[in-house]
Amino acid sequence: MEAKDNAKKKLKLKVSAIKEGTVIDHIPAKNLFKVINILGLDKIENQITFGTNLDSHKLGAKAIIKVSDVFFEDMEINKIALIAPHAKLNIIKDYEVVEKKIVETPDKITGIVKCFNPKCITNNEKITTCFKVIGKTPIALKCKYCEKITTEEQIRMI
Amino acid sequence: MAMKKDLLSITDFSKEEYLRILELAAEFEENPNQELLKGKVVASLFFEPSTRTRLSFETAISRLGGRIIGFADPDSSSSTKGETLHDTIKMVSNYADLIVMRHPLEGAARYAAEVSDVPVINAGDGANQHPTQTLLDMYSILKTQGTLDNINIFMVGDLKYGRTVHSLLQAMSEFENPIFNFIAPPNLKMPPGYLHHLQEKGIRYFEHEEFTDIISAADIIYMTRVQKERFADPIEYEKVKDVYILNNEMLKNTKPNMRILHPLPRVNEISTDVDANEKAYYFEQARNGIFAREAIISHVMNLK
Ligand SMILES: [Zn+2]
Repeated sequence: MEAKDNAKKKLKLKVSAIKEGTVIDHIPAKNLFKVINILGLDKIENQITFGTNLDSHKLGAKAIIKVSDVFFEDMEINKIALIAPHAKLNIIKDYEVVEKKIVETPDKITGIVKCFNPKCITNNEKITTCFKVIGKTPIALKCKYCEKITTEEQIRMI
Repeated sequence: MAMKKDLLSITDFSKEEYLRILELAAEFEENPNQELLKGKVVASLFFEPSTRTRLSFETAISRLGGRIIGFADPDSSSSTKGETLHDTIKMVSNYADLIVMRHPLEGAARYAAEVSDVPVINAGDGANQHPTQTLLDMYSILKTQGTLDNINIFMVGDLKYGRTVHSLLQAMSEFENPIFNFIAPPNLKMPPGYLHHLQEKGIRYFEHEEFTDIISAADIIYMTRVQKERFADPIEYEKVKDVYILNNEMLKNTKPNMRILHPLPRVNEISTDVDANEKAYYFEQARNGIFAREAIISHVMNLK
């Protein structure tokens, strides 16, 4: 118990608090940069702090992102569900957590993911991919074009 | 403007639409020459050669009085000069009233339909869909059995890669009480996704590895070719290559109403001694393709 408290304290020291904005926690460490990419955090000028390779019982190594003055739309944040299905969001106002959110896998995925089928038209011409989510745990995506199913292990980001 | 109608995948159509098309096909069989496409231009774009399908479509278009533009193989098309499918379709949809297309890449027809302002009919997109084949197969079953309900269908050969059997399975599972029997070598069995689809709908199916006298229960035997290229190990192919061949002797105890279908071209999977048997239906089936395609064109273009 004491060890756990210490670990929590350490974590707090590693990633500093923000006044207003969003904290995204429980991101698998290996997917941190993909999350940054998908949310377009590499293209904004807000203050962002992140920590990675933090200990997590659930994920092994996790990452956390704190973005100042940014509040995501559900549709936007759900895009990361494919690579960070257990992500939790804390909405911060004046240093206080005012709302907690979890990500939800959307029913449709547009862009983001490549179709695994090399003979799919989307891999041969400049076309935005589009998938119907036919399974959520594990993820299974049915391509609107070639009708083939991309499984969780086959998922590659664009 | 009303939403345009395309035929891209067999699952795009409802059971009511299947029945409407089959009804129209019967009308066209009765009276194949109807000037419904008079003054219209149909683009026949074959990005991959398929003489059989192209001739069937072009005959259907001609019998409807339409004019045809297009190309029969990719070498004569602009795609070899590096033009995108997007640009080819954009251009052609400004010229023609309907596009019929065959393409080696999967999903090409659905993409073309998004780009095109005129209806698109998929005449085959790689291993994905060939919906007009499925409708002509259904028309053949309806004609020979008088109904699409309570049909016992045996599918034989390459059930893993054969798109015609997959689409026919999907379409027939919309009707009452079908029974499916699958006869295939272990490496070419019906994929689990399709079996799952049948389970979900509570449809009975049986899997077999060889032909036996079980075919005496069949209403329809749908033959496909077992291709050598599908086997990683040539010895495996040698083992099964003669197992999935239908000959006249085997038809002895089959039902009088039973008919043999095959999407053609045949190689050796139906021996030629079957051809004279009245149960051989594959050449009539190909002829039915003309009427089914006239019906499909009329349906997507609202000609009737
Ligand atoms: Zn695809």
